[in-house]
Amino acid sequence: MNTPRFRLWSSVGKKILTGLTGIALMAFIVMHLLGNLTLLVGADAFNGYTESLHELGWLVIVAELGLIALFGLHAISAVQVWLDKGKARKQHNSLMRTKGAPSKQTIASRSMIVTGAVLLVFVVVHVIQFRFGPSIEQGYVAVVDGAPARDLHRLVVETFKNPVWTGIYVAVMLLLGFHLRHGFWSAFQSIGALGPKLRPLAYSVAVVFAVAMAVGFLILPLYLFLFASVPSGAVAMAGH
Amino acid sequence: MSNARQPRSYTLRVWRQPSSTTEGKLVEYAVSDIDPDSSFLEMLDHLNENLVKKNEEPIAFDSDCREGICGTCGVCIDGRPHGPIPHVTTCALRMRDFADRSTIVVEPFRAKSFPVVKDLVVDRSAFDRIIEAGGYVSVNAGSAPEANMIPIGKDIAESAMDSAVCIGCGACVASCPNASASLFVGAKMRQMVLLPQGAVERKHRALAMVERMDREGFGDCSNHGECEAACPKAISIENIATLRREYMKAIFR
Repeated sequence: MNTPRFRLWSSVGKKILTGLTGIALMAFIVMHLLGNLTLLVGADAFNGYTESLHELGWLVIVAELGLIALFGLHAISAVQVWLDKGKARKQHNSLMRTKGAPSKQTIASRSMIVTGAVLLVFVVVHVIQFRFGPSIEQGYVAVVDGAPARDLHRLVVETFKNPVWTGIYVAVMLLLGFHLRHGFWSAFQSIGALGPKLRPLAYSVAVVFAVAMAVGFLILPLYLFLFASVPSGAVAMAGH
Repeated sequence: MSNARQPRSYTLRVWRQPSSTTEGKLVEYAVSDIDPDSSFLEMLDHLNENLVKKNEEPIAFDSDCREGICGTCGVCIDGRPHGPIPHVTTCALRMRDFADRSTIVVEPFRAKSFPVVKDLVVDRSAFDRIIEAGGYVSVNAGSAPEANMIPIGKDIAESAMDSAVCIGCGACVASCPNASASLFVGAKMRQMVLLPQGAVERKHRALAMVERMDREGFGDCSNHGECEAACPKAISIENIATLRREYMKAIFR
């Protein structure tokens, strides 16, 4: 009897991979949000937080490579699931309707590929904007613990004083909410973690998590747009 | 509800396809004089009798036991496998659940792995090949063993039965936006892994059934959970969680 092998790229292997990377990415955005909440405290708190991350040195590179791998694997496996779906049913019936509960088919579950694609593009733009944006060399200097550090707060505030950027970020964070509404519970189902008791719980917690993440992230640009004072250095930079 | 017992009439739009190699299309038929308590298949029988009388080709559809336990019948009715009522097969569906003079769209269980043979009949032998790959327990032939030789708790026996109720009709595949067979494969795996008899071939079963499922061209699962709603036996997507666990555990066995 020939024994078939475990394949990461089998239908089930892909789900396990999508689920595991999804859970890791959810852990990441929770940490990211908690760190970003220092924006509500003020410039010193936020710059102190970003500088403390910066001081981790080579660990930052490791974390960045890890995140690239997570986003990459999550996207590739999910796109593969979507492509296989197209192959599995060439001819469609004229009608296809949900039968209702206990079906978990929602706008959120049906649009994962769309919300996911938008989020992926967003992440690239977001990283270019802030990770590779202007730094000390361009005059974005703050003082943290008596030493010069990158004034990321100024860059963030300048960005979100622009209503277009604030609008884009708020819109994308709403899509993140949709992605997580299905993604949160689906990730745990994908790694086989949900039994009869945990599944309804995870399905409900998904709504709470999705709303918490979407609202948590989108209030930051809104808050800065409405209430933050324009940093002093920005006045000189205006028009450039 | 005075006319609840009155015969009803319907407009049917039925998928007609002469063979697997020819194009198909929806064809409209008028049916009348239908007893509300007759089953959906009896309504199709009634239509077919009239078609035969008119010297037209009757609509091909599958059925066998007509009491909801064999898994042979199954069509998509108004876009839902086995129709609008939960937990019934097409044969157990009654015409009283369809409003008088309504239009009903009847189409086959659609998936690339379920090629249309004729009209509403699809070839579901892909399911048989998945079972052949690993959905079995090997037992020595001979006289049947004493039933209580291997003690099994009632709760475990009942839980295994919750998976074993799968009749292999294919509604899970037909309802799935991805045409995935995960619920079928999960149920056929879980009914074995809970029992000591199934423990022996556990690793091979997990790997072989998934490999065969993929080779048959079924889609991947996206956890929409539509299959559980469409399943006439209400088999839970917990079985799909089991499928994933079994597949992961196969790395370490």
